[in-house]
Amino acid sequence: MKWMTPRRGGLALLLVLVLALPLVLVNNYWYEVAIQIGLNAVVCVGLNLLIGYAGQISLGHAGFFGLGAYGSAILSSHYGLPAALAIVLTNVGVALLALLVGRPILRLKGNYLAMATLGMGVIISIAIVTEDKLTGGPDGMSVVPLALFGQPLTGELLWYWLVAFTLVAAVALALNLIDSPIGRALRALNGSEVGASVCGIDATRAKVGIFVISAVFASFAGSLMAHYSGFITPGKASFFHSIELVAMVVFGGMSSTFGAVIGAAALTLLPQLLTVLKEYEMVVFGAVMMLTMIFFPRGFLPSLMLLLARIRK
Amino acid sequence: MAAQLTQFLLTGLTVGAIYALVALGFAIIYNASHVINFAQGEFVMVGGMVTVSLIHAGLPLLAAIALAVLAAAAVGMALEHFAIEPARGASPVTLIIITIGASILLRGLATLVWDKKLHNVPSFSGEAPIQIGGATILPQSLWVVGISLLIMFLLGRFFGRTLIGKAILATSYNPMAAQLCGINVRFMLFLSFGLSAALGAVAGILIAPITLTSWDVGVMLGLKGFAAAILGGLGSGVGAVLGGLILGIAESLGAGYISSAYKDAIAFVIILAVLFFMPNGLFGKHGLDRV
Repeated sequence: MKWMTPRRGGLALLLVLVLALPLVLVNNYWYEVAIQIGLNAVVCVGLNLLIGYAGQISLGHAGFFGLGAYGSAILSSHYGLPAALAIVLTNVGVALLALLVGRPILRLKGNYLAMATLGMGVIISIAIVTEDKLTGGPDGMSVVPLALFGQPLTGELLWYWLVAFTLVAAVALALNLIDSPIGRALRALNGSEVGASVCGIDATRAKVGIFVISAVFASFAGSLMAHYSGFITPGKASFFHSIELVAMVVFGGMSSTFGAVIGAAALTLLPQLLTVLKEYEMVVFGAVMMLTMIFFPRGFLPSLMLLLARIRK
Repeated sequence: MAAQLTQFLLTGLTVGAIYALVALGFAIIYNASHVINFAQGEFVMVGGMVTVSLIHAGLPLLAAIALAVLAAAAVGMALEHFAIEPARGASPVTLIIITIGASILLRGLATLVWDKKLHNVPSFSGEAPIQIGGATILPQSLWVVGISLLIMFLLGRFFGRTLIGKAILATSYNPMAAQLCGINVRFMLFLSFGLSAALGAVAGILIAPITLTSWDVGVMLGLKGFAAAILGGLGSGVGAVLGGLILGIAESLGAGYISSAYKDAIAFVIILAVLFFMPNGLFGKHGLDRV
């Protein structure tokens, strides 16, 4: 048995990258960007399981991210729960919610599924903006820092390692899942749902399962984001953020876990680089999104792999 | 009580007619190309904003409206030609991302060409409210409903009676067969985008005197138009119109009787509730899987 499979090689590469990155992060600003990339990447790895492997679109995942962020923010800041407990409770809550809505939603197909997930996301986002007594409304709310054993976790470096560890764990989990019987069932579903059902795969159960997992990935990243940045605004739960997340997955390359990480990195960095363009930021962001999709419809990583394979020939 | 109900119904009908026009735009593009065009709301914005600019430049209202509709149609055709056509055969998600990229690009351009302020288009015929059974209605609302009805009638004639309309329908049923019959399929796609953009622009111009217009007016209108199209069953013209009217009236009733803070959420609650029980919308065909 070969021990150096592409999967382990990729994971090793990610590990080296994460360990080496602090060498080039010159100041707190770049640590902040790296942490943002890491959190977005966690969401995208989960979302990619749903979109890339199970073939089910979600245009509402920012809703779960927002629930994760606001849930643990409200429990810890308003009700005085320890932040770590608040995070656990929130994510269990989101998992249950995803399980509840997942069943009826995932019966839908294609554009109807897109509509339902979009609607769910928009409802969550409107609720966050409207319930201003709890959430601070459009102005956002401040969040108490995460504490472990009475020690508050603050500082960019500490959070960098925490997020890096979460990302590596998320990627390892996703890779394992993909090669497990559940993962194979999902890929079969993506190929042909009827065909998979005939082979004895419980289609709804597999889809709902992966929906719950991807929702928890998003909400966990949301919780971490809230306690890291100490302040959250409803923008992170908006339809636009849902779209950004899907764009990251598609940009990096659907059905490629490492592609999802690359997509998250690219589309988190892009607005940072575009801030120098000031008022042209939106125009360039939109144009880049369109052009990459027109010229690399499979996404960045699969296109790169294809190119490499062609060169090797 | 009755007066209040009439008021809500009239308001709902006005908004619903706008949703119906946007939903028709979604349906036409979906039928022709199987693309969900998330830039549909931006056509609404372009229509309203161009009208504002042309009126400021001194053009009479009617000329400004006509030119704004043409401008939006040109934007729609450009979208088809430069973004959708080169990406043909890409997966639906990829196409969705392309149209979303286009909507961000168009909104960005709008902030550059115009600004981030609210703008007003003058009412077509005065501001004096009209009394109907204890409820009041703006003259502009009558224009909205009247012109929407006229457009729906004309669209029906266009698709049912004209050669081009029938060619577009043929293209949506079966592009390959349409091509073999000598229909220029690519040109029909091009036309569909233009037509759909023009419809969006008309909606944007009609509603602008009531709700004002701005660079981001298309976001919510686009999403609700999509909801209306899905509610009626994607691709069905009658369904899109009914879906729009149902959403508009439900939203107005909900905002009046339940909660005005959650007004924007009502459309999405309804669409979720309907999809849970009728996965193909109210009037959609039941999909069968071919194995």
